[in-house]
Amino acid sequence: MSTELFKKMAQSIIDGDTDVSVELAKQAISENIDPILAITDGYVVGVNTVGEAFAAGDAFLPELVMAGEAMKAAVATLEPEMTKRGTERKMLGKVVLATVEGDIHEIGKSLVGTMLTASGFQVFDMGVDVSSAKLIEKVKEVDADILAMSALLTTTMVKQKEVIDLLDSQGLRRKVKVMVGGAPVTRDWVQRIEADGYSEDAIGAVKVAKELLGIS
Amino acid sequence: MSKKIKSISNPKLHLEILSPYDVRKLHDATLNIIENVGIRFPSKKALQIWESNGAVIDHEKMIVKVNPQIIESAIKNAPPTYNLCARDSQQDLPLDGNHVYAGTDGCGVEVIDIHTGERRTSKLQDVADVARVADATEEVAFHWVALSAQDKPVETRGLYEMKAIWENSTKHLQTESIYNEREAKVAIEMAALIAGGKEALRKRPVLSLMQCTAPPLGHDGGSLDASLLAAEAGIPTGFMTMSSALTTGPATMAGVLAVGNAEVISATALLQLAFPGAPVFYAAAQTASDLRNGAYTGGGPEDFLFGAATNVLSDFYDIPLSMGSFATGAKEPNWQAGIENSLSTFMASISMSDMLLGLGFLHGSRIWSYAQMMMDAEIFSIIHKTLQGITVDDETLALETIAKVGPGGNFLSQKHTLKHMRDLFLPEFMDRRPYNEWEEKKDDARDWALVKARNILANHEPDPLDPKLSKELDKMIAAEEKY
Repeated sequence: MSTELFKKMAQSIIDGDTDVSVELAKQAISENIDPILAITDGYVVGVNTVGEAFAAGDAFLPELVMAGEAMKAAVATLEPEMTKRGTERKMLGKVVLATVEGDIHEIGKSLVGTMLTASGFQVFDMGVDVSSAKLIEKVKEVDADILAMSALLTTTMVKQKEVIDLLDSQGLRRKVKVMVGGAPVTRDWVQRIEADGYSEDAIGAVKVAKELLGIS
Repeated sequence: MSKKIKSISNPKLHLEILSPYDVRKLHDATLNIIENVGIRFPSKKALQIWESNGAVIDHEKMIVKVNPQIIESAIKNAPPTYNLCARDSQQDLPLDGNHVYAGTDGCGVEVIDIHTGERRTSKLQDVADVARVADATEEVAFHWVALSAQDKPVETRGLYEMKAIWENSTKHLQTESIYNEREAKVAIEMAALIAGGKEALRKRPVLSLMQCTAPPLGHDGGSLDASLLAAEAGIPTGFMTMSSALTTGPATMAGVLAVGNAEVISATALLQLAFPGAPVFYAAAQTASDLRNGAYTGGGPEDFLFGAATNVLSDFYDIPLSMGSFATGAKEPNWQAGIENSLSTFMASISMSDMLLGLGFLHGSRIWSYAQMMMDAEIFSIIHKTLQGITVDDETLALETIAKVGPGGNFLSQKHTLKHMRDLFLPEFMDRRPYNEWEEKKDDARDWALVKARNILANHEPDPLDPKLSKELDKMIAAEEKY
């Protein structure tokens, strides 16, 4: 019975249909199906299918993003039920994500957030123009594994260094991995500010995040 | 070295890419977006101007919705033609709709070192070096700030860059790297010093400003405030959309044009409401994001079509256009760079875009290459020649000469040949040598282009800026730094 539902869940992700994925999550709750099972045997199967199609060149970025969003919405619908049951989904790690202070460029940062979420990371997206102090506060608050910062301007890119220096001075640098991104970010810059990783695009960012946390 | 500037004018080739009906549809769609969806203007000054002109404002979201009539009547105040002026008035650029000028591209973060060939982070000296090479290159009509002076503090970086360019070239400077009110204020004072006072600057703007929009359908607060200051001072100002199909724009090209147009036209209208008659220009570099990784591609057939279509839009609004062409996504000067830069520049030129940006970059305007710059200059020259088309008259038909040579002869020793042979294009970087000569050396355009750039950098002495002015500029930057 639930096999049929799981198949539908996977399909809703493949179709990138948030309405359907949320509807099926509600159905699962009303039918008393374990939400963890719904995720692992239902939705995640869909995410993996889209991921494989993407790797093979048969699916494209918009399909990945839509699958990610449908997944996120379904999981959010299931969350109260998980809390009720006292169960928790095993996540790959906690990521605090933002565009640095003085910079309002959002799209690349948000894309990274969607990809990380879809891959099983817990992402705290703080939006754009986020001060260094606030970023560090959040890292402490959620005990983040990764801090990921975006900057699109050479004049705001320096904030990435400011944050790393602040982490250092507060004795937090070794507790959190730092990823940076944005059009002006180069390997040279990454080495200079001693960040742990960087990627030129959102797909690569997932790979880097996994590597940083030793996940194969 | 020559003070000549090569520009495209009176083209004989034409292209109809959008019908008048298409343009009308795009315009209506644009007005619809501005009126019903709204545009984000995160600047107190901008919101005040909109409010006093009757726009509907959501102050919390800073989104402005404007009645089409307000937009249309504001845009009508924009001057259709004006000059971008240069330190040397012989190098002034009339933006009159009958000239296509190319500039250097910007603003990159790395440079392939002209001596060592190594890729490294850009610094102030690179800004000066590129300006010097551009000063001697007739295909370059004006400067953008090619590279970011990353060895200078972020607060005054844009000012150092301007000074370096004025000290190394007499040509017009259009900066794309001044995008806050504080720096813009000093930049305008610096330009006034070069021009000989504020009124002189208004008459002879030796500086123009380019601001990027914040797509989709938004603007950056600092950019808006900087542009308002510039417009007040009579400095030509443009807003550039880089709307990108899939990510910051719809997947369809017409949709990208409409979204980008709404960004540019709304900001242009703002400047006209604040300072009616201020010189403004339309700027655009739309593209399609890559389907696989979402990257801004800066090349491909969509770019070529946007390049030709946008000048039809800016003509409709009767303001000059600064159009993104060149700027290949290729990682080195290669097949892709040749295709992208030739076709994008051809398409933008055939529709007579006033300004083209620009020469010299690899990897989507990130990595400066002197070799690419020189090869881009040759691409511009090839297109310049191509657009002259074919002249058919008694002189060019050469009937008398044909009769003289007759069947079986050749035309090499004819007076008519001597008279016209220099009309034929002589490339600098195309390999037309015998095969064995190539086989011995195995060199190509990239090597020759680099040698040319090295020679210019070593030997070209630009007309110096008065050392007194240089000192004054230093003081202005230092004062801003202390502040």
